[in-house]
Amino acid sequence: MLNYIIRRLVSLIPVIIGVSIIAFSLMHLVPGDPARSILGEKATEAQLEMLREELNLNDPYIVQYGNFMGKIATGDLGDSIKSKESVASEIGGRLPATIELTLFAMTIAVVIGVLAGVIAAVKQYSWFDNLSMSGALFGVSMPIFWLGLMMIWLFSVELNWLPPSGRLSNDIELTKITNLYLVDSILTLNGTAFIDAFRHLLMPGLALATIPMAIIARMTRSSMLEVMKQDYIRTANAKGLAGRLVIFQHALKNASLPVLTVIGLQFGFLLGGAVLTETIFSWPGVGRYVVDAILSRDYPVVQSTILIIAIIFVLVNLITDILYTLFDPRIKLD
Amino acid sequence: MKKKALWMLLTVFTLLVLVVAGCSNNDEANSEGEDSNSQDTTDSESAEEGSGGSSTFVFGRGADSEQLDPSKVTDGESIYVTNQIYDTLVRYEQEGTEVVPALATEWDTSDDGLEWTFQLRDDVTFHDGTDFTAEDVVFNFERWTEGAEYVYYGYMFGASDENPSGIIENVEATGDYEVTFTLSEPNAPFLNTLAMPPFGIASPDAIEEHGDDYFKNPVGTGPFIFEEWKQDDSITLSKNEDYFGETAKVDTVIFRVIPDNGARFMELQSGSIDAMNGMNPQDIQQAEDDEALQIIRRPSMNVSYMAMNTDKEGPLKDKKVRQAINLAIDKEKLLSLFEGIGKPAKNPMPPSLWGYNDDVEDYGYDVEEAKSLLAEAGYGDGMSITLYTMSNPRPYLPQPKFAAQAIQEMLKEVNVDVEIVENEWDSHLSATENGDHDMAFLGWTGDNGDPDNFLYVLLDKDNAKKGSAGNIAFYKNDELHDILKQAQTELDQEKRVGLYEEAQEIIHEDAPWFPIAHTTPPLAVKKEVQNYIPHPTGSEPFNYLELN
Repeated sequence: MLNYIIRRLVSLIPVIIGVSIIAFSLMHLVPGDPARSILGEKATEAQLEMLREELNLNDPYIVQYGNFMGKIATGDLGDSIKSKESVASEIGGRLPATIELTLFAMTIAVVIGVLAGVIAAVKQYSWFDNLSMSGALFGVSMPIFWLGLMMIWLFSVELNWLPPSGRLSNDIELTKITNLYLVDSILTLNGTAFIDAFRHLLMPGLALATIPMAIIARMTRSSMLEVMKQDYIRTANAKGLAGRLVIFQHALKNASLPVLTVIGLQFGFLLGGAVLTETIFSWPGVGRYVVDAILSRDYPVVQSTILIIAIIFVLVNLITDILYTLFDPRIKLD
Repeated sequence: MKKKALWMLLTVFTLLVLVVAGCSNNDEANSEGEDSNSQDTTDSESAEEGSGGSSTFVFGRGADSEQLDPSKVTDGESIYVTNQIYDTLVRYEQEGTEVVPALATEWDTSDDGLEWTFQLRDDVTFHDGTDFTAEDVVFNFERWTEGAEYVYYGYMFGASDENPSGIIENVEATGDYEVTFTLSEPNAPFLNTLAMPPFGIASPDAIEEHGDDYFKNPVGTGPFIFEEWKQDDSITLSKNEDYFGETAKVDTVIFRVIPDNGARFMELQSGSIDAMNGMNPQDIQQAEDDEALQIIRRPSMNVSYMAMNTDKEGPLKDKKVRQAINLAIDKEKLLSLFEGIGKPAKNPMPPSLWGYNDDVEDYGYDVEEAKSLLAEAGYGDGMSITLYTMSNPRPYLPQPKFAAQAIQEMLKEVNVDVEIVENEWDSHLSATENGDHDMAFLGWTGDNGDPDNFLYVLLDKDNAKKGSAGNIAFYKNDELHDILKQAQTELDQEKRVGLYEEAQEIIHEDAPWFPIAHTTPPLAVKKEVQNYIPHPTGSEPFNYLELN
C-alpha cells in the first residue's frame, strides 16, 4: 500500500509538468496584455513598455516558462502581477473557503444522494423512485446561477431565513485557526459563530450539492439495481437475513465502487468549479479568484492555481483508489 | 466494524446538521417577531443601529478594490474607497467639476502661467497622527515620478522614461504651509487635474513604514479612516472625528463585494446593504417601483461616438457626407439599446462639465435632407463604407454590435452600404488608432473634468497621429487647434468657457463624429439614505450622506 502511494505521488511530477505547460500556453495564447490590464486603457505605450520590462513579459516564452517552473521547484508560486502579493498567501486565504464549501456540499450530496439512490433501487418503479429520479433529472439540468438566485430570493428576500452571502456576519467574532469556519468555531467552542457560519453555508452548499447529488443518486440506483439481481443477494434473502442488513451490508457495499468513483470525480470538479456558486453567493473562494485572474491576465496566479487544483484533483483520485480497498477487499493496490 | 463506525459518524453528523438548522430557524423566527418593521434581521449593522447611536453604511459593488493607493490604480472600485480616505489639494464641487479648496485654501498663478503657489491648511493631521505640511505634498509628488506604476501621474502630466516628472519641473515647499509648482509650459487644466482622486496626499510616515505593503494600509487625511480589508469580501472604514471638513454623519462605511448583479440587488431588497452600483437593466424598473428604494442617476462624464475617418480617401473626407450621416441616423431609436441609461449626445463632452455648449443644436433625424446632402456631394447613387466596432460592451456603449447593426439598417435608407467589422477590444483599439476604418465606434470617460480632456484629447490635430491616435476621426482643423491651444494656456476661467463653447460649434459644423450618448449609470439606494449625491467622476466621498 505504502509503495503504491509513493508511486502515485511520484507520478504527480509528469502530471504537474503537463498541466503547467498547458496552463502556460493557454494563458499566453489568449489575446490580451497584462500590462494593459494593470495600467488601464489610458496608459501610454512607454508606461506599458516599462511595466512589461519590469514583469519580464518581453522574455521569450521558453524563458518565462523556465523561470516559472524554476520557482515552482523551490516551492515559490511567484507573486500576483496585479496585487503584487505572493500567490501562495493569496491562495492560502481562499482555499479553505472553497474546501469548506465543497466538503459541506459533498456531505449533503453523498448523504442524500446515496440514500435516495438506495431507496429508489429497492423500491424500483415506486412513487419514491419516480419522484426522486425525476428530481435527479431536474437536478442535473439545473443551471446553478438560476437556482442560486431563486434561493436567495426565496430564503433571504421573501422569507428572510438565511443570509444571502458571505461566510460570516460582520459582528461575529471568530478566532481563525484552520480558516474552515465550522471547524474553527468548534475548536474554539464558539456556538454563535458555528450557527452563523452554518447558516451562511447552507444556501451555497445546497446549490453546489444539487448536481453531484443528482448524479450520485442516479449512479447509486443503477449500481444497486444491478447488485440486487446477483445470486448472493437472493441467497442472503433466502437464508432469512433482515432486509435492511441485506441492502446495506451486502448490496450497498458491492454497489459502492462506481458510486465512489463518481464521488471522487465530482469532488475534484467542485474544488475547481465552484465558480458560479462562489460568484452568486459572494463566497470568497478560489474559483472566483482564478476567474478574476484569467480576466486580468494575471499569469502567475492562473498558472499556480491551476497547478494546485490539478494536484488536489490527483490526490482526491488517489484517496478514492485507496477507499476502493476498504469497500472491496479483493482489490489489491500493489 | 469499520463500516459501522462510518455510518455512525455520518448519522451523527446528519443529526447535528438538522439540530443546527432547527436552532437557526428558531433564532430567526424570534428576531423577526421582535423586530417586525425591519427587514434587517441578518445583518450586523441593523443590530448596531438598534443598540445605540452608531450607524453603518454598507455599499455593495461587483468587484473588490485592487489597491488602496490611489496613485497606482486605474480601477473605479479602488478610487471609490480611496476617495473616502484621502484628500487632494483642491477638490471638485459636490455636483460638478468646478474646483473648490480642500487641503489648499487658496492659490495664485504667475503671469506666465508657469508658477502655481498654493496656501495649505495648517490644521490638518493624517490618520496616523502626523501633521500635514508642505513637505508632505513635495514628498508625494516626488514619489509619483518614481516609476511607471504611478499611472495617472505619467498620463496626466506627460511623464516618460526620459522626463519622469513631466510638465511639473519642480515642486517646492516655499513655507511650512505653502507649496510652489513650477511647470515647463502653461497648463490651464492643471487645477482640475490636481483635484483628481489619484493625486490624494498620503502620509509619508505610513509609506515609509509599510513599504511595499502600503497599499493595504492606506493613511490619508480624509473623512474616513481605513480599518480592515478582507480581500474579495469587504473593506471597512470608520469616521474621522477630527476631519477638517464636513465630519461624516455615519460612523462606519463598509464596501462589500457581491459579484453577481442580480444577487447584489436582492441583498439590497433584503436590507443587508444600503446602496449598490452596477444594476441589471431589468432591475431598474423594479427598484423604482419599490417603496423602500430610490434610483439615483450619476451625471455622465463620458461620451460614446461614431468617428468618421476624415483622413482616408473616400466619401467621408467631404463634410456634407458626414453631416448627411448625422442626419440619417435616428438617435432616439439607437438609444433604446442603452436600456434606459443613455442620454443623447450632441457635443463631444458631457453636460456635467463646465464649458458645455447647450446652444448647439443637434442635427436631428431627417432622411430627406440627408439624401439631398449626399446628392450634392455626388453620392446620391450610394456608397460603401466600413464601420468598425468592438465586440464587448463598454460603459458608454452597452451593446456595440446591435448599435452597429441598427446604424447599418438606417443608413440603407439613404443608399449607404455599411460593412460591419467587429474586433475584440485590443484589436479594435489598434485598428482604429491606425486609421484602418471609415467609421468606428469608440468612447471616452473623462479624467479631470476639464473640457480640454475631451476636446483636445479626442479632436485636436495634435492627437491625430496614426498609430497612437486619440482623435480617430483624424480630424484636423487649424482654427479649432488654435482655440484649444489658447484655452490650454488661458488662465481666466470665463475666457476658457467662451473658447470651449466656440470649439464645440466648430466641431458640430464639421461633423467629424456622430456623437451617440452620455451614459448615466444608476445607483440603487435605500430611501433611508439621504444626501447621496453622485459625482460625475464616478465616486464621491460619503461624509455628506445621512441615514434616517
